[in-house]
Amino acid sequence: MTTQNAPVSMYRRDEGLGIWEGRGKVVAVGVGHSPTERRWDQSPETSIGAYMIIALRNAISDAGVSPDQIDGLVIDPVTTTGAMWPAGRPIPESFAQAFHMTDNPIDGISAMSSDWLLKNIPELTNVKFTMYGPGCMSNTICVAAQAVASGLTETCLVLKGWDNLEGRYGQGGANAEDTISGGQKFTNPWGPTGPFQYSWLFNKYTEKYGGSHDLMANFVVNSKRNGLLFPEGFWAQHRPEALTSEDYIASRWIAKPANLYDCDIPITVAAAYLFTTPERAKDMKQKPVYILNHATTRPRNRGMIQTLDEVEGSVDSTGRKLYEGSGLTSSSLDIENMYDGYTLFHQYFLEGLQYRGVKHGEALDFYQTDISIEGPNPVSPSGGNTGSGRTRFWMHSDSIQQLQGRAGARQVHLKNGRPETAVSGGPLPTGGDFTMWGTSV
Amino acid sequence: MPKQSPIPDEISKPFYDACNEDRLVMQNCASCDRMQFPPQAACAECGSGDNLDWSEVSGRGKILGYGVMNDCRVRVLQEHQPFNIAIITLEDEPGINMYSHLPGTPVEEVPVGATVQVEFEITPATGQKVPEWRVVS
Repeated sequence: MTTQNAPVSMYRRDEGLGIWEGRGKVVAVGVGHSPTERRWDQSPETSIGAYMIIALRNAISDAGVSPDQIDGLVIDPVTTTGAMWPAGRPIPESFAQAFHMTDNPIDGISAMSSDWLLKNIPELTNVKFTMYGPGCMSNTICVAAQAVASGLTETCLVLKGWDNLEGRYGQGGANAEDTISGGQKFTNPWGPTGPFQYSWLFNKYTEKYGGSHDLMANFVVNSKRNGLLFPEGFWAQHRPEALTSEDYIASRWIAKPANLYDCDIPITVAAAYLFTTPERAKDMKQKPVYILNHATTRPRNRGMIQTLDEVEGSVDSTGRKLYEGSGLTSSSLDIENMYDGYTLFHQYFLEGLQYRGVKHGEALDFYQTDISIEGPNPVSPSGGNTGSGRTRFWMHSDSIQQLQGRAGARQVHLKNGRPETAVSGGPLPTGGDFTMWGTSV
Repeated sequence: MPKQSPIPDEISKPFYDACNEDRLVMQNCASCDRMQFPPQAACAECGSGDNLDWSEVSGRGKILGYGVMNDCRVRVLQEHQPFNIAIITLEDEPGINMYSHLPGTPVEEVPVGATVQVEFEITPATGQKVPEWRVVS
């Protein structure tokens, strides 16, 4: 089966589009995760291929459907967190023997095709629609939601995996060379890597609005706490250590004013969701969560890096699009689960959404209020990348589970533990893909 | 500070050729009267590549802001950590910004808002020059 990248037309990029035509036609039902690992140990059963199979099967089981009811599959074909499988390096023989392979030798190791999945999940006998939503889970959600809303598929699996190979994140490949080609030739000579894009911007933010880096501590500590309540997350599974404000403030700089705890940790893991129509969902095991809208923002840079004005313009546009297409307003948004991988940009999302009425320049003060899951202003109840490792999907999983009322120890206390609306998405305030969720339409 | 040598491609060659002549040029869409950097195949505003040309700019700018790189992923820069990375906006077109290590400016002593002047620095691997910026006021 040939699988194409989703066309641009499947993303809702513009303001002024009105209520999303798919509102009321698409629900999320099942959620499935794989185990987490810091790095791949080269055994077949912990490969990203194996983990993506586990996540899919868990989502199917969670939804309570039989595999032959699945007729669609939307995935991100890119799985690397930053370390690449060296060109020409043979793949482990045990891996090739354990799985049905495709023409791409790193399929299942550091990439993923729909062909590889369908070869290795024989019970998926009825998949007729496949599509790629490259980028991250936020992309695949938009594509799958649009596909179900358009009738291209009725019961669709949405999948994202991340592999983390050996070596320090992002330090190999082109970064280790003496010359540089491609788009990086305009950046790499100066080295603005990792969190730099948002650390210099944080300086501009505090220069304009006041505040300091120390005021981030409550947000980061709270996110780590929420992550330790996420049993599927890396920190909860492997290193359940609480973070204190003192730990945060004393941490070493990566790109000052971004420190170690403003960054996430790359891991190997996969997650899958099952989307379907409200009619089909009636027979399924979990409560349906409506996708009220999806929206996409893409930067149109004039220079090397977006300025504070441009970032604030981007998040304002994202907020307007999300509310316009869903019919919600900032006052009817119960939970925000926007991206945090780097922590120093989460505040832009809060301000663009005007979450709890927060306006530009007010987020650091807002972080000093009760932002816990027990309080009136829950922030990032998933814990995000900070709390559970670098995936860019915990916030989506949590949004679905919170609205289903089954987020366990993370369940926010609003409305007696039954929040009705949530927003999640990313990756960047300068550009990303975002979803508004609701318990009803 | 020794930098990776950029390898020009067809679109960026005029920019890098000008750097080797100690000139700073920007890609400009004549239709939109709009500069953009880095150079692209089409204007990010109108989407057309038909009206793109090159304009020499004064080489003066201002420091918009900065951060300090303490743990960089680029190998050739790591032995020089920590180092400044400043964001420079062009005097001719403040919407355009570029990076600089601000040669001559001590780490964390960056005078935000100060005027800077472009100079051109040879990168070791190929000899290709790249723009750098020095504080002049």
